[in-house]
Amino acid sequence: MKKLIALGFTALLGFSGALHAAEYKIDTAGAHAFVQFKIKHLGYSWLYGRFNDFEGRFNYDPAKPEASTVDVTIKTASIDSNHAERDKHLRGKDFLAVDKYPTATFKSTSFKALGDGKAELKGTLTLHGVSKPVTIAVTEIGGGKDPWGGVRQGFHGTTEIALKDFGIDYDLGPASQIVELTLDVEGIAQSMM
Amino acid sequence: MPIKNTNSRYGWVSVGIHWLMALTVIGMFALGIWMRQLSYYDPWYRDGPSLHKGIGILLLIALLARIVWRNINIRPSDDPALKTWERVTAHLTHFALYGLMLALMVAGYLISTADGRPIDVFGLFNVPATLHGLPDQEDIAGEVHEILAWILILLAGVHALAALKHHFINRDSTLLKMLGRDANSTK
Repeated sequence: MKKLIALGFTALLGFSGALHAAEYKIDTAGAHAFVQFKIKHLGYSWLYGRFNDFEGRFNYDPAKPEASTVDVTIKTASIDSNHAERDKHLRGKDFLAVDKYPTATFKSTSFKALGDGKAELKGTLTLHGVSKPVTIAVTEIGGGKDPWGGVRQGFHGTTEIALKDFGIDYDLGPASQIVELTLDVEGIAQSMM
Repeated sequence: MPIKNTNSRYGWVSVGIHWLMALTVIGMFALGIWMRQLSYYDPWYRDGPSLHKGIGILLLIALLARIVWRNINIRPSDDPALKTWERVTAHLTHFALYGLMLALMVAGYLISTADGRPIDVFGLFNVPATLHGLPDQEDIAGEVHEILAWILILLAGVHALAALKHHFINRDSTLLKMLGRDANSTK
């Protein structure tokens, strides 16, 4: 039904071939999307990890970027830092407490195009049961037809969060208070077949 | 004390491995609880778990050797004063203790090797991962390891209380036999 309506809109707008307002489903099925983080270890090196299981959608219209919205839900238990014992610790009560808080979510509140493919995306991040506003620095990577008859659009985003702002206060040391998040999403337009 | 068991007494191998494993299991239980609440900057944050894993592997080897030794030895007779239900309960408890220890150690091994990393035993040798990459392996193995540890320590407590009861209340040879005495000389 949704697809039909979307198809109807597409027809109304005319098959121009150019990108227009569309709802995109983030391509987690094809793993063309990544929720990654890095945090300093002791202040001596960067530790990288990612969340393997998430899903989301965004709306994007190049002609009206301020109307863009994003909605992502992450399964916190899917944290993967390439070390099972560490991941077990990260899922436990010292960090993500995934039994109590199985999901983290991001819902956008505003999107401001800054020109030159850059944008500022504001929204609410809910992590560890705490909801806080965050600002994501967005870069549009590209978009257009894919080789298989679909239309795709991709963005890159970065932001920083302080763990203790989200009630995660396990002491990793003074150099390891901030987590940098790197978000890469490729959406597949749902209004195209 | 003879090396091997006889009809009336345990040999020193059986006695030695029983008490060595008893002390080690209690120590490992305490270490396991203690090491999990260490802060990241504690000097034992890394050494605690390394010690726990190294000892765990040695304990597994000891357990397997013990099961072999038990099977190539005769078992000293139970004290003749034991009632049938006591005999059956004691044997079931012993069987459960062996099974619990084995399952507990396998679960521990499956936590540390969940991502394919081997377990280092005091820098002496590595135990490679076998089953790894199962869904949520480290979390499920971790839960199982913790639950079995509690059951083992409680059952070992029951086992110890029963031995003390036989010694101080029934005044029979049960505990003395595990201390290496000959049942015939304790009458």
